Amino acid sequence: MDRFVFLTLDGLSRGAVYAAFALALVLIWRAARIVNFAQGAMAVATAYVAYSVSAATGSYWLGFLAALAAGLLLGAAVDLAVMRFVDHRSPLNPVIVALGLVLLIQAVLGMVYGNEFLPAEAPFSRSALTVAGVAVLSPYDLFAFAAVGVVVVGLAWIFTRTAVGLRMRAAAFAPEVSRLLGVNVGGMLTLGWALASGVGALAGMLVIPTELGLHPHAMDLVFVSAFTAAVVGGLDSPPGAVVGGLAVGLLLSYVSGYAGSDLTPLAVLVLLLAVLLVRPGGLFAPVAARRV
Amino acid sequence: MSGDDLLVVRGLVAGYGAAPVLHGVDLTVPAGTIAAVVGANGAGKTTLLRALSGMLRPLAGRVALAGDDLRGVPVEQLVRRGMAHVPEGRGVVGELTVDENLRLGGLWRRDRADATRALDEVYQLFEPLARRRRHLGHQLSGGERQMLALGRALVGRPRLLLLDEPSLGLAPRVVAQTMALLRQLREATGLTVLLVEQNVRSALSVADQGVVMALGRVVSTAPAARLRDDDDLRHAYLGF
Repeated sequence: MDRFVFLTLDGLSRGAVYAAFALALVLIWRAARIVNFAQGAMAVATAYVAYSVSAATGSYWLGFLAALAAGLLLGAAVDLAVMRFVDHRSPLNPVIVALGLVLLIQAVLGMVYGNEFLPAEAPFSRSALTVAGVAVLSPYDLFAFAAVGVVVVGLAWIFTRTAVGLRMRAAAFAPEVSRLLGVNVGGMLTLGWALASGVGALAGMLVIPTELGLHPHAMDLVFVSAFTAAVVGGLDSPPGAVVGGLAVGLLLSYVSGYAGSDLTPLAVLVLLLAVLLVRPGGLFAPVAARRV
Repeated sequence: MSGDDLLVVRGLVAGYGAAPVLHGVDLTVPAGTIAAVVGANGAGKTTLLRALSGMLRPLAGRVALAGDDLRGVPVEQLVRRGMAHVPEGRGVVGELTVDENLRLGGLWRRDRADATRALDEVYQLFEPLARRRRHLGHQLSGGERQMLALGRALVGRPRLLLLDEPSLGLAPRVVAQTMALLRQLREATGLTVLLVEQNVRSALSVADQGVVMALGRVVSTAPAARLRDDDDLRHAYLGF
């Protein structure tokens, strides 16, 4: 029982990070109809920015903020400098370009920082606190929960309560009509990329210290899990991304805890296949809008 | 050109790809009047509206709104100059609520207080919308969508309203209400309307000026009442 509690809490805290990363994928999918396969590499790039800034200033938090800022800028740059020029008529085109970006970013990071693992610092202790004899969450897990929680609530607020959020949703759903109503659709798209990439940067900063460390490929496996989370929830649904992320986190934690960590990639794959077979639109897919 | 002409179009050529649909359209709409563009399917009526609102870049010609040349003005700026375009099929955003659709119509405005006032006025004008504020656009009936699209344009307090086939798919009673409303808005606010219609009778019944299009050209412009009574023209271009 103690072990179950521990695995559950551990799974939820991992899942929170997957949720944030899945949310980043969903944001770009909703805004641009692109599955951003470069999300992981972009997040790693911002983590390297944090590494450099922290090394120069001696402050984790300055590096943390630098990573978020770099995430926003990198997202906007990818949209303005790359994706804007991709012919979107075939859905395959942006996918191939995104994969190309992965290669480019990972190669550049390797050249600048080397292909060795660099230590990634965690701002809080990662050893689990014990409550009534049961090992539960670490202070770092709580920090990750809080950070993801703030981002989820903040995004929900932006999209449902603010004018710019309404513009972004309108631009995504009906670009032509939105332009007629005075919405700068291109600007909203860039903003969507920036926000998504910023959220991706946060997820990267949270997850990398819990893995082997900083490496150009540090987010590859995380990307697979987060992509699964986004598909499980339904690529169109931000709440689905959060629930999907937590579900994937729990699944991985139970499988590695009870069956061995070798099986976790397989478990992710099985979950992905199961969802695609049973409910291809994802668990939270909205009922298709009636078109009259 | 009189100073009271809100919309002046000269020699407008536009189309899709290299093949023009409009072959030099001339059109003048005086401020505070309703003009109805009528003509057979494929005459270029919708293309005309799309070219006017910048959704389609004209190949040649000139469009002036209140004396200002609109060449090179981005689509999203036109609403700031007083032009509102309710597109064919009306363009209600199905994934947004009624309230969100309406607010979208006024987001560009700096005068937030008046944007809120305009929103309230639209809710008073269209009672059914006020009852369905939280419903999604795709849950509305055809008539309600019509109200929503029209209301959303009015939230921006336009000077010129471009309306594409407002009667499409609507019951005759709803069409009559819409036409009466245009008349009422013109009287009350001096709104200028350029209306494109297949439904020639109801369009000419509400319009001051009738513009007959055929094969991408304006073949006749006359007071709507005269057009209604001109048997030759009706037989030749309008088929009744």
